Amino acid sequence: MTQARQASEVVADLRDVTRVYQMGQVEVRALDQLTFQFRQGEYWGIMGSSGSGKSTLLNILACIDRPSSGSYSVRGTEIADLDDDELSELRGQSLGFIFQSYNLIPQLNVLENILVPVLYQDEQPDGIEERAVALAARVGLGDRLDHRPTELSGGQQQRVAIARSLINDPALILADEATGNLDSKTADEILELFDELHAEGKTILLVTHEPSVGERCEKVLRLRDGKIDEVYDNRSVDGS
Amino acid sequence: MNLRFVKTLRLGVQSLLLHKLRSFLTTLGVLFGVSSVIAMLAVGEGGQEEALEQIQKLGSQNVILRSVKPPEDRVSNQETRVVSYGLTRADEERLRVTFPGVTRVVPALQAPVEVRFEDKVCSPRVLATPPGYVAVTGREMLEGRFLTWGDEQSDASVCVLGYEVARFLFPFESAAGKRVKVGPEYFEVVGVMWPRVPIGSVVQDPSVEAGGEVFMPLATGRSRFGERQAIVRSGSQEITEVQLHEIIVEVDEAENVPFVADACREMLKRNHDKKDYEVIVPLELLLRLEETKRIFQIVLSSIAGISLLVGGIGIMNVMLATVTERTREIGIRRALGAKRRHIVSQFLVETIVLSGCGGVAGVLLGLAIPKVVEHFADLNTIVRPAAPIFAFLISVGVGVVFGLYPAWRAAHMDPVEALRHE
Ligand SMILES: Nc1ncnc2c1ncn2[C@@H]1O[C@H](COP(=O)(O)OP(=O)(O)O)[C@@H](O)[C@H]1O
Ligand SMILES: [Mg+2]
Repeated sequence: MTQARQASEVVADLRDVTRVYQMGQVEVRALDQLTFQFRQGEYWGIMGSSGSGKSTLLNILACIDRPSSGSYSVRGTEIADLDDDELSELRGQSLGFIFQSYNLIPQLNVLENILVPVLYQDEQPDGIEERAVALAARVGLGDRLDHRPTELSGGQQQRVAIARSLINDPALILADEATGNLDSKTADEILELFDELHAEGKTILLVTHEPSVGERCEKVLRLRDGKIDEVYDNRSVDGS
Repeated sequence: MNLRFVKTLRLGVQSLLLHKLRSFLTTLGVLFGVSSVIAMLAVGEGGQEEALEQIQKLGSQNVILRSVKPPEDRVSNQETRVVSYGLTRADEERLRVTFPGVTRVVPALQAPVEVRFEDKVCSPRVLATPPGYVAVTGREMLEGRFLTWGDEQSDASVCVLGYEVARFLFPFESAAGKRVKVGPEYFEVVGVMWPRVPIGSVVQDPSVEAGGEVFMPLATGRSRFGERQAIVRSGSQEITEVQLHEIIVEVDEAENVPFVADACREMLKRNHDKKDYEVIVPLELLLRLEETKRIFQIVLSSIAGISLLVGGIGIMNVMLATVTERTREIGIRRALGAKRRHIVSQFLVETIVLSGCGGVAGVLLGLAIPKVVEHFADLNTIVRPAAPIFAFLISVGVGVVFGLYPAWRAAHMDPVEALRHE
């Protein structure tokens, strides 16, 4: 197990990543010289109290924000070297993003929402529609393909968002408080979905401030004031 | 790529339909702008050549003097009275002698008689005029010849038929050499004129209204019909006396036409106590026509320009609002891999759909406006096939120009900020 883990490829590589927000005269160090590596197939819970820098970290991991200093590379590609277009391409092809507030596009139905990331690929892969239909079925919405987001419950919307994050088979699935808006039962169902994805070998980084959610992840990275507070493996904790 | 365009287009239409009234109101500016462009082009094209040609036919270097029956100033119950008015031979003489710049003076007398051949009768304008008439008016012969000085001197009973009259009296054969009855007398037809280009609404030409013309030598006209004409009207008889119905004054150069025209007006004013004449200056008509057209052009192009500008600004305004409204959507799309150009094209397509719809409606309205202009302004209008296309492209252009900034704004939002937007 340990052997396999070490051999697995580094997907996201953070080195001395600092993110500073300038608030007038005051500098807020949301991330402070953070160095960490996320590897293929891992399932991480990123935890910490509110304001500890979780969302900032996730935004940088998702390539919608850039570090103020330090380096971040996805599967060996240094993002500082990428221009805006290349970064967009990287987001579309290698990253799946799941938001707290689902963030579906209201004008589009379930199937169309799942296909949004494909819209921005230069080439439409063969059979992508079928893949989208299969993903919808996979998250339990096979019979809701032409529903609009407003016609779905929160849990269902989040399922659509998960299907959407999977459509381009990303290297990294990023979720920011994905269960934050859901009741515990629905949250549980969503977390079961993540468990399944993890079992399939997907790499998942799940931001949460809820301990109950963090417990379900494979490993936990806890932040405090933009620095790594502690790192632990839930299973080894269980096992010891 | 193509599929993406279709999807973008459909999305644009969907988003616009989400706010139907707003979208409709936004397109109005472009609608009026585009229709004004078409109207402007239509007026510009409208019979410019044709009108010019017509007026030149009438003789742009001519000044035409015509007798006009003055309004009756006193009501008389006399059984028979003589009304004497109009241009005189003295006027003709003065024109001949004293006017510099005048190359020819061609008088004409009109006889109110019918023209017959066998059982066919018509009432054309019968003009007694010297041979110079044909040259001064730039008319041409279809067959035979025009009147000659020989006819004039010998007081010959010959006539030349206008095309319409010839067609009417001799539908299937040549009129040349035939004898037609003009009033009580027989005349030999020596020639037929080319048809006149219809003068249209620009210059009223009585000869066309009256259904054609017949010409005879001036001397012949005088000796056969005299200058007095009897008109019987509701029991009373009125005799009018007109020495000359028309005098065509040919001027050597176009620049001199206004001076000659003024001199004619001056001379007639001095010698007539009533306004029993009119002075027609085709060149002035031409200039007036051009002026009317120019005013229309200015008005229409101002409307077009202002409408398009205001319409464009309106569109920009609405698109800026749309972009703000959809900030979050932009953030989502960016996070899911949309490049800046994808966002730009999404909003640009929406703007172009908006202005393009205004353009289509504007084209339809624009095709109707020239008809209205024609009706009220006596201007010919022509809508060339390229005009609607051009006008539509302008609407698309407005969409691009005024859509670019909102689209650019949308594309340059910070994705993180955009995603945080409520
Ligand atoms: N856009 C911003 N401008 C200024 N400060 C910010 C901004 N975003 C986050 N911060 C600050 O950075 C710190 C980390 O924020 P965040 O990453 O959102 O924390 P978390 O998601 O863990 O609650 C906080 O102190 C927050 O106030
Ligand atoms: Mg957060």
